[in-house]
Amino acid sequence: MNQTDNVKIKTRDLHFYYGKFHALKGINFEVRKNCVTALIGPSGCGKSTLLRTFNRMYELYTGQYAMGEILYEHHNILSPREDLNMLRSKIGMVFQKPTPFPMSIFDNVAFGVKLYETLSQDELAARVEWALNKAALWKEVKHILKRSGLGLSGGQQQRLCIARAIAVKPEVILLDEPTSALDPISTSYIEELIRELKTDYTICIVTHNMHQAKRISDYTAYMYLGELIESNTSEIIFSSPTHPLTRDFVSGKMG
Amino acid sequence: MIIRPKRHFSFLYFRRRLMNIASLCLASAAMFIGLAWLALILFSLIKNGLPGLSLNVFTQMTQAPGSNGGLLNAIFGSLLIVFFAVFIGAPIGLFIGTYLSEYGKMSRFAVTVRFVNDIFISAPSILLGLFIYQIYVTHVGHFSGWAGSLALSLLVIPIVVRTTEDMFFLVPTPLREAAAALGAPKWKVLISVVLRVSRTGVLTGILLATARITGETAPLLFTALNNQFWNVNMNQPMANLPTVIFQYAMSPYEDWHQLAWAGALLITLFVLGLNIVVRIAFKQKSPLS
Repeated sequence: MNQTDNVKIKTRDLHFYYGKFHALKGINFEVRKNCVTALIGPSGCGKSTLLRTFNRMYELYTGQYAMGEILYEHHNILSPREDLNMLRSKIGMVFQKPTPFPMSIFDNVAFGVKLYETLSQDELAARVEWALNKAALWKEVKHILKRSGLGLSGGQQQRLCIARAIAVKPEVILLDEPTSALDPISTSYIEELIRELKTDYTICIVTHNMHQAKRISDYTAYMYLGELIESNTSEIIFSSPTHPLTRDFVSGKMG
Repeated sequence: MIIRPKRHFSFLYFRRRLMNIASLCLASAAMFIGLAWLALILFSLIKNGLPGLSLNVFTQMTQAPGSNGGLLNAIFGSLLIVFFAVFIGAPIGLFIGTYLSEYGKMSRFAVTVRFVNDIFISAPSILLGLFIYQIYVTHVGHFSGWAGSLALSLLVIPIVVRTTEDMFFLVPTPLREAAAALGAPKWKVLISVVLRVSRTGVLTGILLATARITGETAPLLFTALNNQFWNVNMNQPMANLPTVIFQYAMSPYEDWHQLAWAGALLITLFVLGLNIVVRIAFKQKSPLS
């Protein structure tokens, strides 16, 4: 496999605006297949904004728009003809705060599956079990699948949301600070999970926590004030970054 | 070395305590004045209405004074008119509220609709009765139960619009995003997530609108009118509690006064019951906790 085949998402001169505010200033960036790519940087640097352009989440709001190109498997998803619902079924997302739907644990996981596939009851049950297993939650909830997802602990809720995203079998999973609302034990569960998931999925994670990026990611990109300062393998970014801003950030001098 | 100010027994401290006591007294007094009138109203209603609440009230039709009549046709008529008013008004209100919250948002059209709706909420109800009289009753040529339901449904719509929009607004943004992120189209997000999260609030709004219209008299005067006899035909003038109470209370007959009190008590109990049902049925399942 050559270098270009390895790239799942690639942005070319990507600009993003919240109304008049210029939030992303010409980003050129790559997310590699079956790798964990971390976006780090201080608050307000645009890392979440960048993540949310990959599934065009910003389309839910008026006044937010992107310019440039985002190539997903070599075709531009910023084109107006792109089917957003289809795109989002291929690029899953997990948010900072756990967001279980007000329905049973089973229905939470089945929700996305039922949107695009017609499965028999047994197949659906098997899929739900598979997804919950992948998210390391099956053992804890297999007897309470009928109960509301809102009754779980914060860490369990977040794993439920990951299971929900996995269940539709997307190709990419976007994680927007998935552990920042969780305790250290739940965090370590989810980090372990992310490491396992990358064999089947391409993962892009925004994190506030540099140590987390160091622990779980293969590639890391450092952003500052809407610009991509440096991106490389995590090993290089955290040991010998070339740009002085990156060096200050990873050494803890700034941020 | 820091010199710390003396904190005890200072003038400032006493003034603050005094202000606290004074405002507490004023607030409590205001509450008692409000509550006292409410208690007085309820007390006189029960005192005058309870003795009249005999079996006859529920088994006999409204009849001439002195002939031991009841309120059966009026109770039934009221239930029918209110049911159809909610049946017509609630879905329309639900759709408008959904439009404002999910599609119109802050567009100029939506802002205008919202403004008009707010005026609508506080419009004198007699106007709505006159309006239906003009556009419906004069055209079909007679008063009817349907006209009454239509007039009352005009009261239901703005209340439901308002509560629906308010409840949808409370649905957390991340929840909508999470559903959209799974590839759910907008209508699916609305029905499976937004409506589901806010259904207790939306239902509460509909029930409160029901409670509100149950006691309305003015919109029914020119629409449903009244009817001395048992009638299940919504196309005919229809007896209803508020109009009967109005008519009986104005009459010079003692037994009609008694029935008016009983009817008033019935309406109050119905509204009270509805409010209690709302509180109990929807209390535990607060979706946003």
